[in-house]
Amino acid sequence: MQVPATFEYERAESVPHALELLERYGPEARVVAGGHSLIPMMKLRLAQPEALIDINGLADELGGIAVEGDELAIGAMVRHTELLESATATDLFPIFRDAERVIADPIVRNRGTVGGSLCQGDPSEDLSAVFAALRATAVIQGPGGMRTVPVRRFHQGPYETAVEPNELLIQLRVPVAAGTGSAYEKVERRVGDWPVAAAGAVLRIEGGVIARAGIGLTAVGAAHFCAPEAEAYLEGRAPDEEAFAQAGRIAAEHCEPHADQRGPADYKRHLAAELTRRALARAAGRS
Amino acid sequence: MRITVSVNGQSYTRDVEPRLLLVHFLRDELDLTGTHWGCDTSNCGVCTVQLDGVPVKSCTVLAVMADGHEVTTVEGLERDGELDAVQKGFVECHGLQCGFCTPGMLLTARALLDRDPDPDEARIREAISGQLCRCTGYENIVRSIRWAAEAR
Ligand SMILES: Cc1cc2nc3c(=O)[nH]c(=O)nc-3n(C[C@H](O)[C@H](O)[C@H](O)COP(=O)(O)OP(=O)(O)OC[C@H]3O[C@@H](n4cnc5c(N)ncnc54)[C@H](O)[C@@H]3O)c2cc1C
Ligand code: FES
Ligand code: FES
Repeated sequence: MQVPATFEYERAESVPHALELLERYGPEARVVAGGHSLIPMMKLRLAQPEALIDINGLADELGGIAVEGDELAIGAMVRHTELLESATATDLFPIFRDAERVIADPIVRNRGTVGGSLCQGDPSEDLSAVFAALRATAVIQGPGGMRTVPVRRFHQGPYETAVEPNELLIQLRVPVAAGTGSAYEKVERRVGDWPVAAAGAVLRIEGGVIARAGIGLTAVGAAHFCAPEAEAYLEGRAPDEEAFAQAGRIAAEHCEPHADQRGPADYKRHLAAELTRRALARAAGRS
Repeated sequence: MRITVSVNGQSYTRDVEPRLLLVHFLRDELDLTGTHWGCDTSNCGVCTVQLDGVPVKSCTVLAVMADGHEVTTVEGLERDGELDAVQKGFVECHGLQCGFCTPGMLLTARALLDRDPDPDEARIREAISGQLCRCTGYENIVRSIRWAAEAR
């Protein structure tokens, strides 16, 4: 039987209250959202926070999916299921539907949150690749007020993010532009598993050429979950199969996959190229 | 910490440690052993209960997180001596063998039918994809849930 070590438990009643509790308990305190990364880690004693600050009571304050001006705003406490079922999000960016359908399983998706996924900073995390492809911005609140960080600078290393121990991730903001298509391709060993490798693509096509490309990669050791060299290659080119295949090759060259129980490094690198190619082709078809 | 949880319509108040998991609260504190416990790693789904009507894996929820909320376990499916339609479906279509995964399957099926009274086979398979059955190979579980949908 796996049982977490003892900890103090506090329920946050508002964002300022959560920040006050984080300040009071110090760096050994952790926020708990869906708990589907943190609680398993606590059961294995890989994490032993001294205090848990439960933010489930802030589901309204930190929830909601809405277009605000030229951005789509997604609250940190939005659960995977809610994002999957949000017509607002998935009509604008089908990449959310593609990815959410293959993140964990429906029951885990009922609890796990968007904010928790990003803050966990797992190198195989799916939404990190999605938001990197979308060039989203993370809104973070701390004692000194709000600040924003591009998702491409959010991850600072495995399980390390830009969110300081006394801060909360509040929201993700995704730029919305006409003519944008998006898609996500993942290979997993079985339903509900973490990716062996996965790629997301976002393309804005104007006048028959690629005006903007976003490529997100996960589980293959891509720095900041993205592939800037492949994106640069695509911009200004015609959206055709040859360009997509070449972009996939460039993306794969810049990956650093590690061999593990999900497969050898060369297989993962091969997947990075092929999944990037497929995601780009599907994204182009949807633009 | 003192918590009050409504389980199957009955309110229970208990003093618990924050680290107590919901599955152990239900089984050990309330003696509701219909909720099973298998992998401990959030994978098998046998510990699935409904929290405010939503299926969750109770081995990955703290009991304190259920404070003030409503939990439904398999013991709460039967009403006035009458089995729920999904329970009848599992009887009619041989949806279980050892029964280990069955409580979680029933609660997921109930939640699915509450939202979508006429799910097709693909939707049923998707809904139970986070739950493992070592015995029946899913075929009869899917038929059982369809049976319940048709019996409504
Ligand atoms: C069986 C299983 C399969 C899974 N499969 C996949 C998969 O295929 N792909 C995938 O990407 N993920 C997968 N996951 C992970 C799952 O998607 C994430 O665990 C979950 O969504 C993380 O979110 P959470 O709300 O549960 O975070 P929590 O576990 O509550 O928190 C995770 C971390 O983030 C911090 N945190 C949470 N919210 C905030 C906030 N607002 N501000 C600051 N810090 C915060 C916490 O302190 C903690 O350090 C799987 C999980 C399980 C259990
Ligand atoms: S015991 Fe909870 S998912 Fe297996
Ligand atoms: S009936 Fe035995 S595990 Fe499902």
